[in-house]
This record gives sequence, structure tokens and C-alpha cells, in this order.
Amino acid sequence: MIEIENLTKKFGPIAAVRGIDLKVEKGEVLGFLGPNGAGKSTTMKIIAGYLTPTTGRVRITGIDVEATPQAAQAVLGYLPEGAPAYGDMTPHQFLKFIAEIRGFTGDEAKRRVAEAAQKTELEPVLEQPIDTLSKGFKRRVGLAQAILHDPPVLVMDEPTDGLDPNQKFSVRKLIREMAAEKAIIISTHLLEEVDAICTRAVIIDRGQVVADGTPAELLTRSRHHNAVTLCLPAAQSAGAKEKLKAHSKVRSIEDGGEENGFVTFTAFARGPELLIEDISAMAANEKWDVKQLYAEAGRLDEVFRSLTTSDSDRARESIEGTAA
Amino acid sequence: MKSVLAIFKREFAAYFATPLAYVFIVIFLFAMGTFTFYIGRFFETGVASLAIFFSYHVWLYLFLVPAIGMRLWAEERKSGTIELLLTLPIPIWASVLGKFLAAWVFTGVALALTFPIWLTVNYLGDPDNGVIVASYVGSFLMAGGYLAISAAISALTSNQVIAFVVSVVICFLFTISGAPLVVDFFKAWAPLALVDTVASFSFMTHFQTIARGVIDLRDIVFFFSLIALFLGINVLIIDQKKAG
Repeated sequence: MIEIENLTKKFGPIAAVRGIDLKVEKGEVLGFLGPNGAGKSTTMKIIAGYLTPTTGRVRITGIDVEATPQAAQAVLGYLPEGAPAYGDMTPHQFLKFIAEIRGFTGDEAKRRVAEAAQKTELEPVLEQPIDTLSKGFKRRVGLAQAILHDPPVLVMDEPTDGLDPNQKFSVRKLIREMAAEKAIIISTHLLEEVDAICTRAVIIDRGQVVADGTPAELLTRSRHHNAVTLCLPAAQSAGAKEKLKAHSKVRSIEDGGEENGFVTFTAFARGPELLIEDISAMAANEKWDVKQLYAEAGRLDEVFRSLTTSDSDRARESIEGTAA
Repeated sequence: MKSVLAIFKREFAAYFATPLAYVFIVIFLFAMGTFTFYIGRFFETGVASLAIFFSYHVWLYLFLVPAIGMRLWAEERKSGTIELLLTLPIPIWASVLGKFLAAWVFTGVALALTFPIWLTVNYLGDPDNGVIVASYVGSFLMAGGYLAISAAISALTSNQVIAFVVSVVICFLFTISGAPLVVDFFKAWAPLALVDTVASFSFMTHFQTIARGVIDLRDIVFFFSLIALFLGINVLIIDQKKAG
């Protein structure tokens, strides 16, 4: 549904996107992750036809965005970064305007506007100027605008940014409900969001894809993947650590601190084999008074940090790059 | 064409959704009145004609029309709505045209609201209403010219103040390009053809011809082609910015 081929985008000497290839199929919710300035928004702007790529091309349901932008934009729902909308209009007027632009008239337009407002729970504020709305409602006005024509392809730049946990929940529910029938790309900083709604996660850094897989696959790259955390009485902990260190599947032990006479520590796995079974068997054999014992799935933020660079590093690099 | 209408309706409603329209219209009418009655000494001349009234339009438009035009694109850039507008399935020219027409009709409304002065002059004497109609048409066309220039400048920046100042300067050049100051400057070194070309861009000259009651096709064509030219430039600027 979305095909991105060898996409690059340069702003003067600075390359914001450097060769991205992606394909998103119907039923997929692709989470676009990356630090600020990694090229997420630029890529989405190119998909939406707002920016022209330096090289490469984008096709939406087979339609070339650069060659026939209007045809491509007709099948695309796009939520720009920051969910811009005309502040002097009310959500109702704004959605009517979008419906008119998208070629809906009469009862059909009314039905579409009502449906989009209902899906995004905008009804209570439909007649208030958008400028006076809270951040959460503003974001949902942008969302309503993007789904009004029920497009087969949805691209949303940070759809849950600035929403409170309840609003996040309902927006995620909405995205999940639409997922089966559409190809969806969302960008986010929130790693929990990837777990919550994405079927696939793509991490980009410095304009390139550095990881592409299901959230579970990405987790296996985490140092914490398969690790086991234990909480034992302080008296038993030293002996337990010794035993664990000697175990063939354990690579290292890390202390998590002591509290009320209990010590918490984590054993990291050497390989992909499960560690939890061995350790729980050991705990039973040794008759440790285990307070807590659990396996870690892995931590996305760890994967994220290991694959991407900080913004100050990037800035330094691009300055050096220009100087050279 | 449908999308032009949709853009037009949204833009036109936007003027009246904020105090902008009311403030502009009040100031426009107030300034027109001040110039005509106090500076132009409309009553003292004792002539049943609106020539004095129309003679100040050029100078009022020079400042008031860029004030309308400056927001057309700069505001969209600043607030980010330009990204929304340009990712809707409509061609750029439709947005450019719809926005321009809304602003032009809006200045037309302000201009039309000067009708009491027309009634006054008809009550007091027996003016040549044909000349007055021609002058109104000319004035409206001239406003369109200033507006097209201001809109194109506005597309270049996200800063409305810059858009305003640059628009005023460029509009000023178009206003006085027929004046001795400019013509003499070119006469000293440029071939006659160039001098004539520059002079022929003068809004003042074209407007004055129409305001004398002579609706010459050349003057009408001048204003319409100038509007078309700057709307075309406007489209190019917006399109160019897509390339980053």
C-alpha cells in the first residue's frame, strides 16, 4: 500500500533522509521511531507530498506521489506534526471544509463529518473555536480531519503527543480498530506506544533505517532480553550471586540495590536460551527465600539508545561534515 | 473549480470570524473620509465629482492592501496549516486563486462601503456617474494588482512584518514607475523602449486613465495580466518551497 524506494532528502548541505526503503502492507501499523531530527517527520512530509524528495520515490496504493500528487493525496489521510488546524474555525466548520475539499457534498458530507467527530470523541466541542480548545481536543481535530474520507492509507506524525493517558488510550483504540483495513504509519517518541499498537517498528537514525521488525523482535536485541531479576534476603544474596555467576548461561550479574534487608539483582543471559527455568529450579534447590523472581522481556528504550545517537552528537557530526 | 470555491469560502469567512475585517473596514473608511474631506477639501472645491476621493486611493491602497495580503501565506507558514493545505488533494493554483479572490472580494466590500460619498455627491450636485462607475472599477482592479503582489511576497516568508514591508516597497515601485523621478533616472542611460516599458507599469498612470472615465481595454488588460503574473509567481514560490 505504501512503497518507499531509495528516498533521500537534502536541505542544502544537510541530508535529512539518506536512502530509506520501506514497504507497508494493508493491516500493518508501522511505528516510526527515532530521536528528534532523525528524519521521521521529513519522511512523512515526503509521503504526504508536502516536500519533494531529492531522489527516490513514494507510491501510495500504486500511485506515484511526485508525479500525480492529487491522486495520491486523495487516498491518503495525513496528520501533520503538531496537528495544525485553522484556529478561527470551529471543529464543525473545519471538518465541513475538509469534507468539501475532499469532494463530499450534501448528506454524504454531513454523515462523514458526524462520523469523524464521533470516532474521535469531538462532539462536546464541535461548536467552539479550535483556538480555545485544549491540546488533546486540538490533536483529535487533526485526527478527525485525517480519517474523514476513510482513506486506505494513514500517515500520522505523533498522533498521541500531548494527550493525557485516557485520551491516549482512546486514540490507540481508534487506531487499532482501523488497523485491519488500512496501512498505517505513525511516528512516536513513546516506546510504550509501539508495544500498544504497532505490528512493526522501524527505528531510524540520521536519515537511515537502523532496525526493522516486530516489537518482540526488537526486544531480543536488548541486553535485558531473557535476563532474570531476583529479590532475596541480604543474608542469602552473596551466596546466590556466586552460584549464579558460575552458571554457564549467565553472562554477568548487576546489582539493583538494597531495601529493608532485601537485595535485588539481575542476571543477564549469555545466549538466546531461556534463563528463567534454570534459575527458578536453582532457587528451589537452594531453598532461597525468594521475594521476587521474574524474567525481563527486554527494554525498548535500551534498544533505542544503543541504535541511535544523541542530538548533540549529530549536530557536531553534521558541522564537521560540512567543514570537511 | 470546486476546490477554489471551498478555499474562497473558508478564507472569506475567516476575515469575519476575527476582528480583522471590522477593524480594516473601519480604518479604511475613516482614512478615506479623512483624506477626502480634510486633506482633499472635498466640500470647498465645490465640484460635483469624486476625482479627489479617487485620487487618494492609490496611496491608501499602498499601505492597506499589503496589510490584507501579508497574512495570506505568511500566517499559514507560521501556524503550520500550510502543511495541511498543501497535502489536501487540490492543486496549488486552486489555493492561490481561492485565497486571492477571497481577499480581493473583501477589499471590494470595503470599497463598496464608501457608497455614502457617492450618494452625497449626487445629492449635492449632478456628477458624471459614468466616470464614477469607471473609477470604482479602476480602483477595484488596482486593489487587485496590489493584492496579487502582496500575496506573492507573503508566500516567501513566515514573518508577516517582513511580508508587509517588502510588499509596500514593491507596490510603491509599481505605483510611481511612471513618475518623473523614476522616468528621469532611466532616461539618463536606458534606451527609450526600456523607459517606456518601466513607465507603462505605473499603477498611477493606468488608474488615472480609467478614473477620467476612459475605460481603455489596455488598462484593463494591464491590471488583469499583472494579477495573473503575480498569481503565477505565487504558485511557483509555493511549489519551489516544496523542494526545501
